[in-house]
Amino acid sequence: MSDNGNLPSGKPRIDHLEMRGITKRFPGVLANDRVDFDVRAGEVHALLGENGAGKSTLMKVLYGMYQPDEGEIRLNGERVEIKSPVDAINKGIGMIHQHFMLVESLTVVENVVLGLPSSRGPLTDLDRASKRIRELADFYGLQVDPDAYIWQLAVGQKQRVEIIKALYRGAALLILDEPTAVLTPQEVNEFFDTMRHMVKDGHAIIFISHKLHEVIDISDRVTVLRDGRLIDTCSIEGCTKSSLAEMMVGREVIMKPYRAEVERGAVRLALQNVHALSDRETPALRGVNLEVHSGEILGLAGVSGNGQRELAEVITGLRQTTGGQILLEGESVTGRPPGELTARMLAYIPEERMKDGMIQAFTVAENLILRDHHKEPFSRSGFLLLRIIAEFADKLIERFKVKTPSRETPAKSLSGGNIQKVVLARELSRQPRVLIAAQPTRGLDIGAMEYVHARLLEQRQAGTAILLISEDLDEVLALSDRIAVIFEGRIMGILDCAEATPERLGLLMAGVESETV
Amino acid sequence: MEDRLPKAEVSALDTLRANASKIADALLPVLAVLAALAIGAIILLMLGANPVAAYGALLEGAFGSGNAVAETIVKATPLLLVGLGICIAFRGNVINIGGEGQMVVGALLATLVGLRLTSWPGWVVVPLAMLAGFVGGAIWGGIPGILKAYFRVNEILSTVMMNAIAVQAMNYLLRGPMIDPAQMELASRIPQTAALPEAFRLPRLAPTRLHLGAFIAVVLAVGVYILLWRTTLGYRIRAVGQNPDASRYGGIRVRHHVVVALLLSGAFAGLAGATQVFGVNYRMITDGSATGFTGSAGFNGIVAALFGQLHPIGAIPASFLFGALLVGANKLQRMMQVPSAFITSLNGLVVVFVVSSDIWRRQRQKRRLAAAQRAAEAAVADSGGPA
Repeated sequence: MSDNGNLPSGKPRIDHLEMRGITKRFPGVLANDRVDFDVRAGEVHALLGENGAGKSTLMKVLYGMYQPDEGEIRLNGERVEIKSPVDAINKGIGMIHQHFMLVESLTVVENVVLGLPSSRGPLTDLDRASKRIRELADFYGLQVDPDAYIWQLAVGQKQRVEIIKALYRGAALLILDEPTAVLTPQEVNEFFDTMRHMVKDGHAIIFISHKLHEVIDISDRVTVLRDGRLIDTCSIEGCTKSSLAEMMVGREVIMKPYRAEVERGAVRLALQNVHALSDRETPALRGVNLEVHSGEILGLAGVSGNGQRELAEVITGLRQTTGGQILLEGESVTGRPPGELTARMLAYIPEERMKDGMIQAFTVAENLILRDHHKEPFSRSGFLLLRIIAEFADKLIERFKVKTPSRETPAKSLSGGNIQKVVLARELSRQPRVLIAAQPTRGLDIGAMEYVHARLLEQRQAGTAILLISEDLDEVLALSDRIAVIFEGRIMGILDCAEATPERLGLLMAGVESETV
Repeated sequence: MEDRLPKAEVSALDTLRANASKIADALLPVLAVLAALAIGAIILLMLGANPVAAYGALLEGAFGSGNAVAETIVKATPLLLVGLGICIAFRGNVINIGGEGQMVVGALLATLVGLRLTSWPGWVVVPLAMLAGFVGGAIWGGIPGILKAYFRVNEILSTVMMNAIAVQAMNYLLRGPMIDPAQMELASRIPQTAALPEAFRLPRLAPTRLHLGAFIAVVLAVGVYILLWRTTLGYRIRAVGQNPDASRYGGIRVRHHVVVALLLSGAFAGLAGATQVFGVNYRMITDGSATGFTGSAGFNGIVAALFGQLHPIGAIPASFLFGALLVGANKLQRMMQVPSAFITSLNGLVVVFVVSSDIWRRQRQKRRLAAAQRAAEAAVADSGGPA
């Protein structure tokens, strides 16, 4: 650390930032209830909590996006008010959002200086900015070409640009909101090296993540929020994944769900050399071969955007193939419409459940019959049998523990976890032969995640052939019998769960051929 | 997370506020009409007429006597029929501006049936003619439907174009192939068809011009309600209208149902045209424009449907009110001696206000939803989000 209280970037350090007794109310909800939180220069302080625990609210207060109803913020011992994000940036607080805030058609340097005054008045000073970016990049090991266009960069590189953007603006305290969600395990490791480097140089970092092992890896201290209240702030030493999870949820959590022995059955779903285009008409699937057996979960791991979405859509009939064959229980169903596949007992939990799996304005009951509304017992001669639909809906709401005021409630007013339960209820109640589950727990909290996992394993035991498409490696590792890795529209390799490690999978996810693993 | 939310008191005030906005939403179209009338009052003042007396005349014209009420209902009937079709189309998220043309084509086909089968008994011909009207409108609505579903032609444009085609077809047919033979002999050549036999007239419901069409329209309103909310077809039309992606996923043929929605929508307008011929005019006559025959019901029906919140049952009082406005305005014009252009402007004002109030209502709804989601996001879904 430098001694004069300044960072290597020449900007002043934030030695200690305290939030005291922060309370933030929203209509009907107490989002933060007298929360204390502090972070010091030279530490990574993790902020943990389930959806709705109040993490984002607390950080938005710190970043000036919300004003607290009660409580105060102290910067190096002095009371401050942070009125806006601009104010926060001026005080040395930077935030890296989960979704990148970059202009794709501009270069790195143009993005970095976006919104900043130029040292040359009305003329740009991109050359000076580039030099400065190179210095920062060299110092922190954030290799990136200042003149590259954002669209040319990989996800991990875009994240570096975001960090450089914050550092360039003199951030001494960085708020990182789920920064690892989009990275491969290798990229995560590199990213952690950068974080360690920054901390060593006197930065303070607040790290928000769902992934408990990452929190344990990188943090010095951890603060757990639940229901808007502070549960505990403690040193990371002595914390385990299960102790942290227990603090988050308030009860014991099964970290690794039990997978019963199930005899692997016949092949129910087979893909043979399947090709397909993306929405932009570029090749998305380039010869995919897969087989999913009855009674097994085949996990499909991969970094986002390597063809997972297209694969799910091709199998479920929502996207046309441009080559190859798809076999359902030995019969070719290539190019068949979704309705016919539904009739063949193919179920699908779509990635974008709000957009693809639900009609938001429809009631819970109407959504539950989306697949089978035209069949007995829900309708006869074209008329809906409302009483039977109501009974069916009530039964599923109870069986799948959907929290909804009634079956007549519009789906859009349910929480994400409950919407997913409605989708699960609809798809699983059909007793599917084959189930495609795409990102089934994305955005869900631990409780809902446990629930979804238990249901998937239940289906596996019932003999369903399950293709689990997930970007969450922990999930894939915990549930799958075999794991296939997709990279640029090709299956890089298929590993048995016993031989799959995050490292091996990570290499495959990065496109390294399996022979060399 | 859902059961462990810190549910700070959802106060009675919040509930009250929610109810208040619901009531406000329902009253909004009424307020819009009042606003239109207020501007109409300013115009009346500028024309040198007393607005109070003028609107008094309007009320009297619409409701002042049994005959006036009957006239109001006669005017409301095509509005309701067209409005029912609009409910179906808008629920399926297709915009049908082609009510005028669909009415014309429905009327032409129905008239053709009536004039061809003059020797048949009325109880056979009238239902046949109504069916012909239904089919004619369906064809005229179905064509833009197919264009939209399979060739991505914007239905607003195509339905408007189809109006123009229908009018010219009508003008051609009434001047030529379908012209009243008597007109040919007289050489006056008024573009109109021969009168329908008396046996083919829709029965009157009272010693007024009120005819069976009004009854048919109300029964069909209930029918459309059943169609939309009690049948698989209605379920699919609404599903496709709300979310085509999820509908596709649910195995619903999206394009097919886009066509069906527009086709049904046109069919109801066609039926409106047929009831106008068989219930009111007893022949087709043209002044060269569609309005001359439809009285703009093809457009005003849209307003009536919006006025009724796109609910077929709501469309009944909405059409009645709108019919009252039209009938009353005629009386107003006769009594106050204001130019007839005033009535057209008043009509236009109401359309503009009701339609924009509906747009405003939707935006408010969106804002409310967004605000609720922001609060919920802050409190409920804060860290998760799509990774």
